[in-house]
Amino acid sequence: MAVTELPPVAQVWDWLAEVPDPEIPVISVVDLGIIRDVAHEGDTLVVRVTPTYSGCPATAVITFEIEAKLREKGVAALRIDRQLSPPWTTDWLSAEGREKLRAYGIAPPVDGTATGAPVAGRIARLGGQPQAIACPHCGASDTRRVSQFGSTPCKAAYQCNACLEPFDYFKCI
Amino acid sequence: MPSLPDMMTKLDPSGAAGGSASAAPAPADALFEALLRLGDSTLILGHRVSEWCGHAPVLEEDIALANTALDLIGQTQLWLGLAAEVEGAGRSADDLAYLRDAWDFRNLLLVERPNGDFGATLMRQFLFDAWHQPMLKGLEGSSDPRVAEIAAKAGREVAYHLDRSADLVIRLGDGTDESHRRMQAALDDLWPYTGEMLTPDATDAAMAEAGVMPDLTAIARDWHALVGDVLAQATLARPDGSYMHKGGKQGTHTEHLGYILAEMQFLQRAYPGAEW
Repeated sequence: MAVTELPPVAQVWDWLAEVPDPEIPVISVVDLGIIRDVAHEGDTLVVRVTPTYSGCPATAVITFEIEAKLREKGVAALRIDRQLSPPWTTDWLSAEGREKLRAYGIAPPVDGTATGAPVAGRIARLGGQPQAIACPHCGASDTRRVSQFGSTPCKAAYQCNACLEPFDYFKCI
Repeated sequence: MPSLPDMMTKLDPSGAAGGSASAAPAPADALFEALLRLGDSTLILGHRVSEWCGHAPVLEEDIALANTALDLIGQTQLWLGLAAEVEGAGRSADDLAYLRDAWDFRNLLLVERPNGDFGATLMRQFLFDAWHQPMLKGLEGSSDPRVAEIAAKAGREVAYHLDRSADLVIRLGDGTDESHRRMQAALDDLWPYTGEMLTPDATDAAMAEAGVMPDLTAIARDWHALVGDVLAQATLARPDGSYMHKGGKQGTHTEHLGYILAEMQFLQRAYPGAEW
């Protein structure tokens, strides 16, 4: 009882799955794909976290929330490292996280469109309909982009042409 | 009070202050300078764009401008954080942003230009993004892994900036008579500030030689190709003047930078070490 036991890594992942994203609380930091590694270095638990957008104001809050959760679970020696590379991509959003987003009214990112798109291709698409994003409310694919930027750095503003509801799209990066 | 030349000669040309000189393939002072050019340009543009917050013509554009500014400030933290590390003088990214004076800034003159109207702001953004995007692409292949990973991170964000600014330049250029007139005026006004980012000086050449940064002459080719294509779609005439302003990369700025710093740095200057 007096002996401090290091929690198993799998246990730590379960705890982290209880830490909500501060901006989109229906998904956890694990769903978001920003926890890159959990490991013990000697007696210290090291959690490696990657930022979503480099200027996302939620990053500092996320680090604080992770620390608060792990302290609450009794972790004494803890280090949270920032890992930049490889850069976060929406491809790392879990399948479960995508369903939670949809149920919450945010259209999840369309698979396989993240990153790498050469700019010439992006420019050539200008004026055309870039991508069919299904409305999270009624499921219709007849939607339009209102603005490429939305209420947080990770979202774009869309509107459904069928049910007319506005909605957020979790844009690909 | 020291004279101006005294204030401007504090950089040690030997780079002896840098503790990481052996880790970086290039002399630490050239790398420090090059990182300031990147970080100061994103900082000053980020600040300029943030001035629009609450003033944009429509809500969606207000949000888009604020998000763009946020990305640029986030990238600044990474670039200036690395610059401070390379300098090895105990300064932080915040110290570099808030406690240097205008002659220590290495941002491009283009990014300190006043916002003007919405069209001028978007034209400035496009001319910058069209350089920023291929620049970051090149930096992703840097021989310095610290530079490469920041570039990889920032590049994904900047692809969105370019997508949007190119789109709006086309829509406003090829829009109404009034929007076309304003976009052409903005282009004519900003064009003489575009040479600096495409023309290498000794620091740029040293960085390219060391494989830390891409060759600016290659970036210039990409820039001219993309800008030419977008301006053609926007029905805007490329200015033919060849005179180009320079000096921002070496610390000689227009009168506008001082006003930006006065606003941006006021709090840290008036209340040193203030935190909240």
